[in-house]
Amino acid sequence: MSTPDTYQGQAKGPSLQQQRARAAFWFLAPMLFALFCVAAWPLLRTFYFSMTDTTLDSLYGGKFIWFRNYFRTVTAASGLVTYRGTLVDPAWWNAVGNTVKFSLVSVLFETLLGLAVALVLNAEFKGRGFVRAAILIPWAIPTIVSAKMWAWMLNDQYGIINDIMMRLHLIDHKIAWTSTTDTAMIAVLMVDIWKTTPFMALLCLAGLQMVPRDIYEAARIDGVHPVKVFFRITLPLIRPALMVAVIFRMLDALRIFDLVYVLTPNSSATKTMSVISRENMIDFNKFAYGSAQSTLLFGILAIFVALYIWLGKVDLTGEGGR
Amino acid sequence: MNTTLSQKFWSVAFYAFVVVIVVYAIFPFYYAIVTSFSSGTALFEIHYWPTGFDWSNYNAVLNGRNFPRSVLNSVFIASTTVIFALFLAVTASYALSRVRFRGRGLLMMTILAVSMFPQIAVLAGMIEMIKFLGLFNTPWAMIISYTVFTLPFTVWVLTTFMRDLPIEIEEAAIVDGATPWIIITQVFLPLLWPALVTTGLLAFIGAWNEFLFALTFTLSEDQRTTPVAIAMLSGASVQEIPWGPIMAASVVVTIPLVVLVLIFQRKIVAGLTAGGVKG
Repeated sequence: MSTPDTYQGQAKGPSLQQQRARAAFWFLAPMLFALFCVAAWPLLRTFYFSMTDTTLDSLYGGKFIWFRNYFRTVTAASGLVTYRGTLVDPAWWNAVGNTVKFSLVSVLFETLLGLAVALVLNAEFKGRGFVRAAILIPWAIPTIVSAKMWAWMLNDQYGIINDIMMRLHLIDHKIAWTSTTDTAMIAVLMVDIWKTTPFMALLCLAGLQMVPRDIYEAARIDGVHPVKVFFRITLPLIRPALMVAVIFRMLDALRIFDLVYVLTPNSSATKTMSVISRENMIDFNKFAYGSAQSTLLFGILAIFVALYIWLGKVDLTGEGGR
Repeated sequence: MNTTLSQKFWSVAFYAFVVVIVVYAIFPFYYAIVTSFSSGTALFEIHYWPTGFDWSNYNAVLNGRNFPRSVLNSVFIASTTVIFALFLAVTASYALSRVRFRGRGLLMMTILAVSMFPQIAVLAGMIEMIKFLGLFNTPWAMIISYTVFTLPFTVWVLTTFMRDLPIEIEEAAIVDGATPWIIITQVFLPLLWPALVTTGLLAFIGAWNEFLFALTFTLSEDQRTTPVAIAMLSGASVQEIPWGPIMAASVVVTIPLVVLVLIFQRKIVAGLTAGGVKG
């Protein structure tokens, strides 16, 4: 029974309902206007800019050039035809690859670790409140601060990570984690997994706590092995919560900017889609070209969300059960 | 005999795992604190335990010209953003949670979609708007642009909170002839305080931590927010990164957040998971 039905009874009549609907409109109007101004309009302007040759110096001096920021052919005087535009730009595809790699690996690890932590927190033990408080700390620390803290810990000469790993004989020489091409992505992943696992753990925990306890009771009495209980009972029951958590995290990971920008500046091994489009837009004064790249990023995210919701039949509104 | 032994083993393994989780979670912050209290050559020796309390890094940061200013900027920007978002969100979420109208589901999905927007996608249009309004390099540039992620989030969470409030009080108010505005301000607002605190706190943390817009919309050092100030703290040359002051500044901006989060722990967890697991 959803709540507003109560007012659709005969006694109240339609006038009250109409009055409420009119009030609802005026209550929504300021919020909708604000969202239009800060979301819809800038987004449309970004789309527009991506089809011009605007530069940061003269925002209104651009000409409309259709899709030439995305793809165009250039014929040289010698008759040689070359392709230009972000769709044939290796730097862009490198960024796409980095972003996808980062997102898949980080979300996979965060989900597995988050689930493990959530299972621990779902058990009854002494000091549970303390542990839950402790895992909230990485989440509360600003991303920039996390990046700096880890940059210090990962420092090649004075970093504690190298020291710990040397002592454990995991590595035999000090590694310049953030500046070496091979390890830069690992460094970014380490920080992101550390920072975001708590969020996943809390979402998983909320899902776990909705599983009725008597199901476990019944399984225990029937002597079902705990591993089997997890895969046959727990996992299917928390799947909806898990699907939603994964999509939130995935969207967050695909647009990552701040961590990469601060931890591994100018490293082509970690440069993500957000980083490269801001770089073009602001630092290289290729405003329109950067806009084209951010438009592409938006498109990729939109397709991903649509596919995920469609394939996974995820109910994001939370109104399904109501 | 055998079962108790294996029980003991598992309980030890369990607690070992718990300890690993806790150490993993808090070690980096602990180490930042340890580093922030060491200076000179002590900074470049690895100490796992605090060696003393040397406040010189804190002195350097807090008496510096720009860092206190950026803390003030951040406080002003984050609080104004939160007040603005909550004000717009309370009325909107009343309409979304209590009034049935056509297109409500679509509207909720749109709001959720906006909250998941990649910020870079609105950056170009936002730069144009901020420059057009003449707000570039002022706090208002951040206050306006942060609305793109605080507002949808607050609307979403407050709507889920309000849906769970008992219907009877509202019915009673309607029978007494209360208008929707009276219902919101006199009936719902007092009940919503806990939700408002939670949502406001989460939005505050989001605004306090934001980096992309703050980096793009500020030029001069005195307009920077704390994340930008920390990211830009640099020494005389590239080789001389001032790790001590950076860690001190990091601890200064993080301690208030950690304290707030620990105090409002349960409420924050409820707020974070509000939209997420209701399916």
